[in-house]
Amino acid sequence: MKRSSWTDYQKEIADDNYYYARSCIRQNFFPGSEKVFLDIVGRDLGRNIFDDPKHTSCTGIGYHSDVVPLETIMTVVARQFALMSEAGYENFTSSCITSFGIYTELLATWEEFPEMEERTREYLYKATGREFTKPKNLAHTSDVIFHHREEIARKAKRKLINTYTGEPLKVVEHIGCHYAKIFPKKGVGGSEFPYVLAGMVESWGGEIVDYPERRHCCGFGFRNYLVQANRGYSITNSHKKLESMAPYKPDFIVCNCPGCSMFLDKWQYTIAEMEGTTYGQNGAGIPVLTYEEMAGLVLGYDPWELGMQMHQVDVEPLLDKMGVEYDPTAKYLGKNGRFLGRPQKALVNSCIEEAIYKTSNRR
Amino acid sequence: MGKYFDMLMEDVRLKEGLTACMNCGVCTAVCPAAGVYNYDPRQIVSIVQMRDDDSIEELLKSDTIWYCGECMSCRPRCPRGNTPGYVIQALRTLSQKLGFFVESEKGRQQLALKRAIGDNILRTGYCLTPRNIRPELHPEQGTVWKWIIDNDEQIYGRYTDAYGKEGAGALRKCSDQTLDEIHKIFEITGGKAFFDTIEHYSDIKAREMGFDGADEDYFMEVYTHNSNQHY
Repeated sequence: MKRSSWTDYQKEIADDNYYYARSCIRQNFFPGSEKVFLDIVGRDLGRNIFDDPKHTSCTGIGYHSDVVPLETIMTVVARQFALMSEAGYENFTSSCITSFGIYTELLATWEEFPEMEERTREYLYKATGREFTKPKNLAHTSDVIFHHREEIARKAKRKLINTYTGEPLKVVEHIGCHYAKIFPKKGVGGSEFPYVLAGMVESWGGEIVDYPERRHCCGFGFRNYLVQANRGYSITNSHKKLESMAPYKPDFIVCNCPGCSMFLDKWQYTIAEMEGTTYGQNGAGIPVLTYEEMAGLVLGYDPWELGMQMHQVDVEPLLDKMGVEYDPTAKYLGKNGRFLGRPQKALVNSCIEEAIYKTSNRR
Repeated sequence: MGKYFDMLMEDVRLKEGLTACMNCGVCTAVCPAAGVYNYDPRQIVSIVQMRDDDSIEELLKSDTIWYCGECMSCRPRCPRGNTPGYVIQALRTLSQKLGFFVESEKGRQQLALKRAIGDNILRTGYCLTPRNIRPELHPEQGTVWKWIIDNDEQIYGRYTDAYGKEGAGALRKCSDQTLDEIHKIFEITGGKAFFDTIEHYSDIKAREMGFDGADEDYFMEVYTHNSNQHY
């Protein structure tokens, strides 16, 4: 076991010709990441990828909130597969970890209980007149980037290096529970030593931070965030992770799952407002990136074209360390180039002395 | 004896999630919900595998089954290959089918989830859309989210030509045909009937609690009320 054990958990990842399924959470909070993923795969890597306007949510958030029944989500997923085959594709790539978990779980369920697959086929045909073929290859979109990581490294305009010190940037990677905890064999590296993000970070010059709560959930917990009365659960689990990683002084966090990216970003804001604590260096928050944003920075994309101004925790301290040139005034422009005003100030970005994280103050 | 267990066994997730638990408690040790609530997934699996109707009914009416976050951290850890998270999913489904969910504070929240997520799926084709993450109900989303919502067309417009419109791209509007297919899927597979069941039992409970049925006031009550008796 230990560090090299990820090599026991390999999965086949298609090299080309992807049917792309968007994510409810990613398109809401990180639309720039979905755009840059398509640009990287289609333009920088020269692969074929189809962005189909006909698919919908997989309904996974509803399923894991226990309001969407199993038979219903199975049939919605079957419709996505039908659209994939109708478009002439057999490699399905999902932008969402919840969806990826759903697809792996339902394919396994159909394998185990063939009568459920039969019933799903009947439901789908009755509801839509469509028939489906199961994908030949199923990958999360991070798997696709992982698969092409060395090609991206060869095209890199920047490395994950602290340009002030010449040292590798210290990166916390967070995988997202449903990537490999449900079916470890379907995730690169399995659930104990997932390597999908670590592989990207290492190929692009960074260094992974190993910390005690590395595998702990971000705290989404579906109903435990979606219902206001339950949000103590969500912030408590993010807090546990942030307290655990802070002493290692990470330069940034990179997430696999769009929900985790959002929670680890937003709960830093809330903790700062509630307790006056920040977890980054010099009284700032720790920037939280999607892997698309990380790949985009490595490939030389402009941070505002990646949508990094939509984060609550400012990313400028990281951009400065990486030596990224950016126009500070372009951060708050709309699509027509008009200045939109600035968000209200937040303690998490204040860099005041009182907010500097001190381990000596921790319980 | 065993009526509820038999009903649970009709759910493939129980067949997959429960074989023979030896009560080692690894699931509890790794569970994010157990670190927050007075919650022990080991005990839930233990109660279910005892097959006692009275104990299972008590569980179905309790707050306990609603604490789990369905992260499935328990699944790869169990030395017997059980998945307490799957057992929870089966219990929650049965609790709603039988109308028992309204007997607990956390169970009653299913109405809020049905309306916030379920109805949004039928309305838009997505579980969530920017304008239903209202800053006043989501103060934790912070100052940048408020700025985004105040300028949504200008900000999303930098990344998608299809914001709120048909065509390919992030946050595109799903076509009428697509939404029609989703509605039919929900009808044929029992998704709509399940939604109606949640509304039906919530309405009865709301009247018992002195509301004018499951109206907006009742929604806000179940969405925001925390008795703080869960820890």
